[in-house]
Amino acid sequence: MKDQADGYVTADGRQIGPVVMEMKNITLRFGGVEAIKDISLDIREGEIRAIIGPNGAGKSSMLNVISGFYVPQDGEVWYKGARRAPMKPFQVAQQGIARTFQNIALFEGMSVLDNVMTGRLTHMETGLFWQSLWKGKAEREETANREVAEKIIDFLEIQAIRKTPVSRLSYGLKKRVELARALAAEPSILLLDEPMAGMNVEEKEDMSRFILDVNDEFGTTIVLIEHDMGVVMDLSDRVVVMDYGKKIGDGTPHDVRNNQDVIDAYLGVAHDD
Amino acid sequence: MPEQLAFALEVTANGLMAGVLYALVALGFVLIYKASGIFNYAQGVMALFAALTLAGIMDGQVPFSHLINAVFGTDVHHFGWNVPAFLAILLTMVVMIALAYAVQRLVFRHLVGQEPIILFMATIGLAYFLEGVGDLMWGSDIKSMDVGLPQGINMWIDETTFEALGYGFFIDNLDIVASIIAALLVIGLVMFAQYTKQGRAMRAVADDHQAALSVGVSLNFIWILVWSLAGFVALVAGIMWGTKSGVQFSLSLIALKALPVLMLGGFTSIPGAIVGGLIIGVGEKLFEFLIGAPFLGGATENWFAYMLALIFLVFRPQGLFGEKIIERV
Repeated sequence: MKDQADGYVTADGRQIGPVVMEMKNITLRFGGVEAIKDISLDIREGEIRAIIGPNGAGKSSMLNVISGFYVPQDGEVWYKGARRAPMKPFQVAQQGIARTFQNIALFEGMSVLDNVMTGRLTHMETGLFWQSLWKGKAEREETANREVAEKIIDFLEIQAIRKTPVSRLSYGLKKRVELARALAAEPSILLLDEPMAGMNVEEKEDMSRFILDVNDEFGTTIVLIEHDMGVVMDLSDRVVVMDYGKKIGDGTPHDVRNNQDVIDAYLGVAHDD
Repeated sequence: MPEQLAFALEVTANGLMAGVLYALVALGFVLIYKASGIFNYAQGVMALFAALTLAGIMDGQVPFSHLINAVFGTDVHHFGWNVPAFLAILLTMVVMIALAYAVQRLVFRHLVGQEPIILFMATIGLAYFLEGVGDLMWGSDIKSMDVGLPQGINMWIDETTFEALGYGFFIDNLDIVASIIAALLVIGLVMFAQYTKQGRAMRAVADDHQAALSVGVSLNFIWILVWSLAGFVALVAGIMWGTKSGVQFSLSLIALKALPVLMLGGFTSIPGAIVGGLIIGVGEKLFEFLIGAPFLGGATENWFAYMLALIFLVFRPQGLFGEKIIERV
């Protein structure tokens, strides 16, 4: 089914579109270490795409390549049908790719609402002059963007902490605020780097629900890195498995689960026979 | 004794006014330090440079006239016109923005991610460079500055206090205007940072570079913006000091007084810069009046600020308003 160029419909009835981003033969080196070795993968519109693998497999590096924080030595990134020139992370963000970080990177000194509003920066166009006067267009723009931010805040059920400085929040809530900030950008691709790391079961369930809801409600394409196999298998439409910088599996959760390489490398199951 | 008390009150008021000027310079430091982690030693020289440029433009001086005359054998000094203050201030602001752009583009862009001490050394270099360029552009003679700010003793305060207390306060009109302008400037800056898109981006960069990048903020743009704002603050400070005591090269030394102000207020806090400036201003005047002049032979104003800063470094290194330094084990 997934070979159809125009997309397909999942078992639960969601429409998956054509390929929106394609990584072709990406190689990333740090000095002599190859973090990513000649990996190709594609991301379809509207799908939840997971990248899994043991520690040090190069998953985060891959996400950093997509979001522009790392520039690969070899390979091409194709986005919306065009080859993407090497660009700075802020330019990638302006193209509609939002992300969260493995070790939460929020603006600790700001309130939750302010943090979410920074996610709207790419949607605000008024120049310095009108912004300084704070009249007309600037004011209207602020109001419109504030509405979007409030909607996201409602959606992620963080109304109660809107005005709280982020530094006072618990770890789980911070993760949720970071998701809200990324979501506020109304991204075409949302990159989540271990959104559930360090959470307890309840928080994990909440986060899983939010990820599914985001995908369902806004049709956002989501790429996520996760350690928890159970979560990945439940959430994602397709899974890429990495090990030591190489791709060792790619397909539906079911395919991947039964892939012998994956079982050997990732799950670490010994096979004596 | 009531007269002594009234005199002390007057000293306090004058100290507050002096403190405002310290605070203005310190404010420029804080802006740049928060957004980029650069401790800008050149902030005082920027105030000098802005004042020189403003005075030069208003006077219709030909920039680099000595250089031009030396190279081409000409004899040009003045354009022969005077530029009105308002226009000259605008033009000076354009020069300060160009300076901000050049500094970011030519120096700090190439030093991203370097050690703080290296960035600091670069600003020392910048300070000497700017001082030299200012000299080369506008000459080294002391200039008077008059942008139309009121000067002289405020008679109303003098008379009112004389009637009420039997002792007339001598407070300079310029100091009053300077305080009002400084207050407006701070309110404006805070509003800008709180409510505008660029201000939000600025705070984002100050908080976390990586996260700022991930929401689409260009660090380069923000750094140029804060250097421009610091240039603007320097211009305001330059106008005040210039009007008060003439535009001269010792103006750059006021930057040194801003250092203890920052240690008191904390390097990352705008309110800290203001309160720190006021405390130092009042503190050094009162100390001189109460202890310095009667018991220590006077001239304590020169070192009081540094001693206070030293005490703070020992007991509260992050300053009054700075972020608390906590190390987790």
